[in-house]
This record gives sequence, C-alpha cells and structure tokens, in this order.
Amino acid sequence: MSINIDPAAIELDAEPGRRHAPQPRMSFRKWVRELGWRHLIGIAVVIFAAFPLVYVLSASLNPGGTLTGSNALFRSFSLENYVDLFTDPNRPYAAWFANTMVIGLVTSAGTVFLGALAAYAFSRLRFTGRRVGLLSLILVQMFPQLLAVVAIYLLMRGISDIFPVLGLDSQIGIILVYLGGALGVNTYLMYGFFNTIPTSIDEAAKIDGAGHARIFFTIILRLVAPILAVVGLLSFIATTSEFVIASTLLSSNDKLTLAVGLFRLVSDETNSNYPVFAAGAVLAAIPVMALFLWLQKYIVGGLTAGAVK
Amino acid sequence: MTTTVSKDSTATRKRSISTAPPSMKVLAVKILFLAIVDAVAVFAMSMLFFRGDWLVLGIVAVTTLLVNIVYLSPGLLPGKYLTPGLIFLAVFQVFVVVYSLYIAFTNYGDGHNSTKEDAISAIVLQNTQRVEGSPTYRVQLVEGPGGLGLLATSPEGEVLVGTQQEPLQPLDPGAVTLDGDRAVAAEGWTSLQQQDVLQRQQEVAALQVPLSDDLADGFLRTMDARNAFVFQSVFVYDEAAGTMTDTTTDTVYADLGNGQFETEGGEVLGTGWQIVVGPENFLYPFENPRFGGALLGVAAWTFAFAILSVGLSFFLGLFLALTLNDPRMRSRKVYRVLSILPYAFPSFLSALVWLGLLNTEFGFVNEVLFGSANIPWLTDPWLAKFSVLLVNVWLGFPYMFLVCMGALQSIPEELTEAATVDGANGWQVFRGIKFPLLLVSTAPLLISSFAFNFNNFNTTYMLTRGGPRMEGVTENVGHTDLLITLVYKTAFEGGNRDYGLAAALSILIFIVVAAVSAISFRQTRALEDLH
Repeated sequence: MSINIDPAAIELDAEPGRRHAPQPRMSFRKWVRELGWRHLIGIAVVIFAAFPLVYVLSASLNPGGTLTGSNALFRSFSLENYVDLFTDPNRPYAAWFANTMVIGLVTSAGTVFLGALAAYAFSRLRFTGRRVGLLSLILVQMFPQLLAVVAIYLLMRGISDIFPVLGLDSQIGIILVYLGGALGVNTYLMYGFFNTIPTSIDEAAKIDGAGHARIFFTIILRLVAPILAVVGLLSFIATTSEFVIASTLLSSNDKLTLAVGLFRLVSDETNSNYPVFAAGAVLAAIPVMALFLWLQKYIVGGLTAGAVK
Repeated sequence: MTTTVSKDSTATRKRSISTAPPSMKVLAVKILFLAIVDAVAVFAMSMLFFRGDWLVLGIVAVTTLLVNIVYLSPGLLPGKYLTPGLIFLAVFQVFVVVYSLYIAFTNYGDGHNSTKEDAISAIVLQNTQRVEGSPTYRVQLVEGPGGLGLLATSPEGEVLVGTQQEPLQPLDPGAVTLDGDRAVAAEGWTSLQQQDVLQRQQEVAALQVPLSDDLADGFLRTMDARNAFVFQSVFVYDEAAGTMTDTTTDTVYADLGNGQFETEGGEVLGTGWQIVVGPENFLYPFENPRFGGALLGVAAWTFAFAILSVGLSFFLGLFLALTLNDPRMRSRKVYRVLSILPYAFPSFLSALVWLGLLNTEFGFVNEVLFGSANIPWLTDPWLAKFSVLLVNVWLGFPYMFLVCMGALQSIPEELTEAATVDGANGWQVFRGIKFPLLLVSTAPLLISSFAFNFNNFNTTYMLTRGGPRMEGVTENVGHTDLLITLVYKTAFEGGNRDYGLAAALSILIFIVVAAVSAISFRQTRALEDLH
C-alpha cells in the first residue's frame, strides 16, 4: 500500500503568485521559433496522455460487444454496455462497486483516525521511546505490505479457522489487513502538520479545564482538518487501487473489489469483454477523478489559507 | 475556525478553572468499546483453548490485559493514543514480516499444507476400497450439527449414527423411527429427502463414516443413499514404526524427515505435511541452475524496470515542465490539466485500458496505427518489456511533471538573473543552476518512486501477467516478471503453490529494498550537505 503521491505536488498545481506583464505581439516567424514548437509538443503530450481515456469512453459507448468494434471512435452511441454491466449475474458489477466503496471508505476513515491519534501522541506528549518510535515508523513503512502477501494470506487462513468473519473472503478481514498500514507515512505526514499548530492552544484549553480527550477531539482535530482530508484521500485512492492483497484474500465473485473483478473480467477474454469492461472502467473512474479534482481545491485552499495563523 | 475556538475557551473559562472529571458520556463510550474488545478477545481465547493453540492464546490474553490496563488506569496517555494503531501495525505489518521469514524456512505449500496427523488421516481416507464380502448396512442420510451423517441399521438390526468426524455410535432404540427394518429418522438429526440427496450427490459420495476411533477398522460409504458397505483403506499407518503401508502392494513408506512418506527408492505419497526445512528454499536457485538463471534475469529486469521507469518519466516530466511553463503561452493551463489526466485516472484501470489498446489481433494500436499489423506487443519478450515500460511512463510522467514544475517555480528568479548577467546562456543556466537545485529538492521523491516501481505489481501483472513465459524453465517465470510478481505467481498461481519458496523470494526483496533505501538516503543527505 505504498502511496506514490506527495501532497506537495498537489499544492504545486496552484498558479504561481506572480503575474507577468503582457508581452507585445511578436512576429509570426518569431512565434513559430519560440512558442510554436512548444504548442506542438503540448499537443503531442495531450494526445499521448488523454487518448487512452478517450478510447475507453468511446469503447464503452460502442455497441457490438467486441474490441474490434471499439476501434472506430465514437462511430455510434449506445448505452448497451452499461446496461449489460448491471444485468449479467456472472459479473456483479454493482456488488464490486459497493464493496470497493465500503472497503475504501472504512479503511480511509480508520487510517485517518488511527493516524491522527498516533500523530497527536507524537506531537504533543513527551514519553520515552518517542524518537525511536517515530524513526521505526519510517523504517517499517519502507516495506510495503504487499511484500508479505504470502504471510498475510496464511495468517488470514489461520484466522478463518477461528473467526470466519474476520478471515479469508471477508470484507472486515481485508479492512483489518489494510489498517495495518495505517501508521507510518501517514502518521509522519500528520505529525508534521500537528506540529505547526501552536501548543498554546492546548495549554489555554487545559487551563480552562478541558481534558486531553476533549482537546484532541474538539479542538485539535478541527484545526488539522486539511491534513486529515489529504491522508483520507491518499488512503482511499491507495485502497481502491490495491490488487495483490485483495486478489489473494477475496475469492467469491460477489465479494470482489473493482480492481480484482475487472481484472478477471478483462484478462480472461480481452476481446469479447472489453466494451463491458470499458463501461465499468468509466463508471469506476468517475468518483475517483471527481474526488481528486474536488478535494484538490479543498486541499490547496486548506494548506495555503491555513486554519491557524 | 479560529473564532470558534476562542469562543469555546472563553465560555469554559467562566465555568471553572480546575480540571473537570471525565463526563459520563465519555466514560460510557470508553467502557462500551472496552467491553466489545474484551468480548471478542474472550471468544477468540475460548476457540483457541479448544484447538489447543496455547502460544496464540497466551499472546491474545496478554494483549487484552495490556489494552485494559492502558485504558482503565489514569495516566499512560501516550499508550491511550498509540495502542489502537500499534496493534494493527504489530499484527499486519511487523508480525507478517517475521512470519514470512519463518515460512521461508519451511516446505509450506501444495502437498505440505498441514500437520502430520492431518496428512495421515488424509492419506488413509483418500484411498479406500470396498471390503470383499462385507455386510450391507441399510442407511438413511441425516444432517446434524456436525454436518452430513449416516443413520445406519446393521444386518443384526442395531441402529448407529456417525459423521465424517465422529465414528459410528449406537443409538437408543427409543429415539429412532423405523421403516420396516431400516431406521429413517432419529432425534436430533434431520433426515435428508430424495431431492436433497440428489442435490448434494458429490458430498454424499465423498462421505465416509469411520466404524470406530481406529481408522484401520474401516468406513461406511454409500453410493445409492440406501445401502452402505464397509470400506477399508488401502493404506495402513503403523504408529509404532511410523510407517505407512500400501496393503495392495505391500510397499512400506517411511517418514525420512522430508515432510512426506517415501520409500527408499524415492516413491512419494502425494500428501505430505509441513516441516522446517532450513535454508533449502534459499538454496533452490543454486540447485536448479535454470531457475537460478531465470531468477537472475528477473532481478536484473526488476532493477532495469524501476530505474528506466523513474528516469524516463522524470525526464519527460522535466522536459514538459520546461517546455510548457513558458509564461507567454496562453493555453499552458489547458495542456497542464489534460496531460495530468493519467495521474487522476485510477491506476488499476490504466493497465487494463492499455491491455485492449495493445491487443495483438484486435487492438487499436495494431489495427489503426499500424494498418492491421499483428505486432505482438505483449507476447514478444522484448516488445512486452517495451510495452510495460511505455504504460508505466504514461502512468508516471504526470506526477513528475507536477513535481518538476513546482520545483522549478520554487527556484528563486534572482539566481537565474544573476547568471544571465554574468553571461550564461539558457542551457548553462539550466545545467549549472536549475538542474542541480531541482535534483536536490526532487531526490527523495525519485527514491521513493524507485522503491514504488521496484514493487510495481499492478502494471506488470495486469498487462502481461509477467509473460511471455521463459522457455526451458519448469517454473512459471516470464520475461517481464518483476520479483514481486514472481513471488505472487509462485505462491498463488498454477497447480503447485509453493509458499516456502515464495516467502524466501520476498525476503530477497526485503533485503534489496532495505539496502537501496539505506544507501540512497545516505546519498541524499550528502547531496543536501553539498548545497
């Protein structure tokens, strides 16, 4: 569950503060030499980046049901594949979708909560082993969970014998496994943000008679909301894209996540299942992309405005 | 946000100065949570008790006790905040690593899945034959809490009941309903109707009810759900000698310490058990040079894949950041948003999208771009490598583009201006000032990107499943396999799952990742010190 996203990068997307004075109109020849080639490269990159996505959208709208038919872009329009997606009991897409959302949301909520608790302890409390604890969190996180997938599978198989609800082929089981990765990079990220909030706020509340739990839940958690959103989003994206652990732990067809279900659908029969897969992919991508674009603004706003000044 | 806080604090300040005791609500929530945790723990412990798992039982008991102490005693604040996360971390992140290490030293896998006792009873049960001239029992299929069972009436008229796990036991005649000379129902058991029997035909055919605790006495089996015969196993286990004898051929199989029954001549019974085999899994590549060679190839490609992925996406991203960030371009924002689309698209879908684009017979690339050519993008060893890299660069360059753009913007303009005043041209400014500064600020990201791509399972597995398969190697190793996909394939794919070998391979990755991170983080510190 390594997260290959850095929130700094999200922040960077904001426009730079400075504005350049309008340039005087340049001659056409100069435009070609200085800017024209940049536009050519820009167009080439946009085609490279966006074409596969356009292709999927087109394939999903193309009736006919094979890959060959999908090569004619936007030649015809039909929602046949979308209907197919929800009516074939052999590929319970709705169930996969719901499973992915449940697992993703619960895991990210759990990750945020566990991470915030730990970050609060590391940031506000002084205890022996604090520094060692922080360092070992970074160390542990270098080894993503998927490296131990064999051991995780066998552990869950063992738990299945005692607690079938928490073992193999169970959503609760896989959420528990994912929460094992809750501390680590996330805690470190939050720890940094917690440190930016002045301790004088805690002290004032303490003098006013608030206990530690009250300070944490009603004051600190609100002030660190932006970082909670970042961690929640990263964790949600990482969890919903996770394939290795999900494919080993989940087996029955109606318990799969989108990643596993769609992979099985399209890798078995690429040609005949592709248009239906494309429809599934479009529907699966919409919430993630929407969340990404929507929260990006929130995150940028939160990080730059700052809840505490 | 700030205003709410100050309002809150003035309000509380008026109320009291001394620390208030925890409110009833908080206390109730706390006790409720602890009660749930304890209930689950007690249930787990009782299950473990019945199974005789004393070690795990002890661990669960100690952990539960610690959790209760932490939350019930005043003070121990850090504990209260750290315990929940640490428990998950300890079980699913730290323990599994230690467990991997243990598995790597065992023969765990298909054919070696369980304990010796399980293996013995499996061998005995799987090889039964009807005893010639044995009596016929009239039976009725019944279901009880222990699963499917046989309600049998012996030729002497005695009524017995038993399941796969529980040997036949006589029943009190008062608790049995008779239909002629055949018992058809018994108290505490549900009799199966004809159509249930038909539906569960396979289960019924596999049902073997032991006659007594000693498996050598034989089993009752039924084919037609009305009559049952005594079956005896072809194999007899001699407890004193620890040997398994095939009574049809009088071959004696002994436990020679390899986790299986085998003869001196090397004949092996299919079902074995799990034992610690020492470094055997680690020596396997050396003892099987073909696999060893394939493994070296995989390791080399893993490094090449990770380095090329990071390098190519970084330079493409940097090139774009330099090209498209010209303030005179009015449409640069459009280019930027459109070219980071692959970054926002869910990564697990990307490889599958490309799977269709690159399909040999019907894919868009072959059909439209190359005029119906049949270029084996995913099935030729070198082209498959190229395709995996192409897709991974497609996935990775938007991130690098964003990172480079941000890093370039954060370089103070004065530096560039000073260099220009000193007579440096654009390339010199970039080469001598911008690029080194950029490298310093992006180095940690490049390293974590390398670590990520070193284990980039999804792109490779979803696109090629590691294939095309290498020729001349018996194990399932492919030309685009990364170490992590090889681990997965060894453990979970094909007919011969080998958890031991897979765990040993993952230990190998652990070592590589640890070494790379250690070296590179030292390197970055050196870079930072320099500037």
